[in-house]
Amino acid sequence: MKHNGIGASAGRIARAICLLALLLPVLAFASDRVPKPVIDIARPGKCVEDTATMRREHPDMLKHQRDLTMHEGIRTQKHSLKECISCHASTKTGSVLGNNGFCQSCHEYASVKIDCFNCHASKPKRIAGATP
Amino acid sequence: MSADTNEVLSRRGFLAISAATLGGVMLAPGVRLIEIAAARAPEQPVSRKVRWGLLIDTNKCAPGCDDCVKACATENGLKNTGHPRTDAQWIRKVELKDMRTGRTNSVPVMCQHCEEPPCVDVCPTGASFKRADGIVLVDRHICIGCRYCMMACPYKARSIVFQSISDQNPDVPRGNGCAEGCTLCVHRVDRDQQPACVEACTKAGHNAMIFGDLNDPHSEIAQRVAKYASTQIRADLQLNPGVRYQGL
Ligand code: SF4
Ligand code: SF4
Repeated sequence: MKHNGIGASAGRIARAICLLALLLPVLAFASDRVPKPVIDIARPGKCVEDTATMRREHPDMLKHQRDLTMHEGIRTQKHSLKECISCHASTKTGSVLGNNGFCQSCHEYASVKIDCFNCHASKPKRIAGATP
Repeated sequence: MSADTNEVLSRRGFLAISAATLGGVMLAPGVRLIEIAAARAPEQPVSRKVRWGLLIDTNKCAPGCDDCVKACATENGLKNTGHPRTDAQWIRKVELKDMRTGRTNSVPVMCQHCEEPPCVDVCPTGASFKRADGIVLVDRHICIGCRYCMMACPYKARSIVFQSISDQNPDVPRGNGCAEGCTLCVHRVDRDQQPACVEACTKAGHNAMIFGDLNDPHSEIAQRVAKYASTQIRADLQLNPGVRYQGL
């Protein structure tokens, strides 16, 4: 009997600790203590995959697509960097770079260097006749 | 006897007629039994049945004209950085003179898109490669900028980029530290357009350049090389370039 009582209270404490541990990051994120990246989506709408997949897997998708395009001439639009840029470029700067730029703000936050734009244009192609 | 011959003739006649009409038979809107000059869909990989090539008629190429060079620079974003000795050069005009006869030629020279490209043989990383349809490219994602390919190319067709570049054409990514050369405007070819140099030459009325599939007997380029004498530069190296010259 006694044995059981101790076990039960220990279990309760453990559960409370677990719950707190789970809640802590959520609480911290909900408060303004942790800086968050500015994700400025100028053209809201549906991306090619859901947000969680995009956040985790966009580097792999881009890498896969780049090899297909470069070596096999496959130029489908889904997962193409050019399409990402034309949709996500800021309406103010016209670019995915810059302080609040779609790519740069997150990458700066996560401290992951983006090499793409050493070679790739960070702005979509200007359509002839369109005002910048 | 005569009935026999008649039957044979009529059957032959029928076959000939059906072959002539079949090509245009529409099974459903947009679907043909025999596709005429099939364009490649964006999800279809390039095919080794195609061999892209250029034919340059040096008799029509005007000395001093650099319309093709300018069009290439505009299309691919090659800018003058104030360092003419090291600026990237994808196509250049070469003036030739036969010292015995005095005959002069003015020819545009770019990557010759060799079938056996030395630039691919020497590349230590696999960045320099040949696409199935014969276009030789640099995969900048892999290139380490060692410049072996620049040394190996007998046509001086490769350059290296020394400066940081911005405002590229979104279709033509280029950047510091990578080797590069004429891509035959692969981004345009993939959407069924002509390379920028060929378009500019035709637009200016010189008509000195033809682009097309050397393997397709119906293409203008294949018919021209089958009918008229054309040469490859340094044919003795046996690299079988896809760029050919007439009147050299
Ligand atoms: S011309 Fe030079 S760069 Fe072009 S394929 Fe031949 S060796 Fe390579
Ligand atoms: S410069 Fe780049 S493409 Fe040329 S040989 Fe070196 S790694 Fe290959």
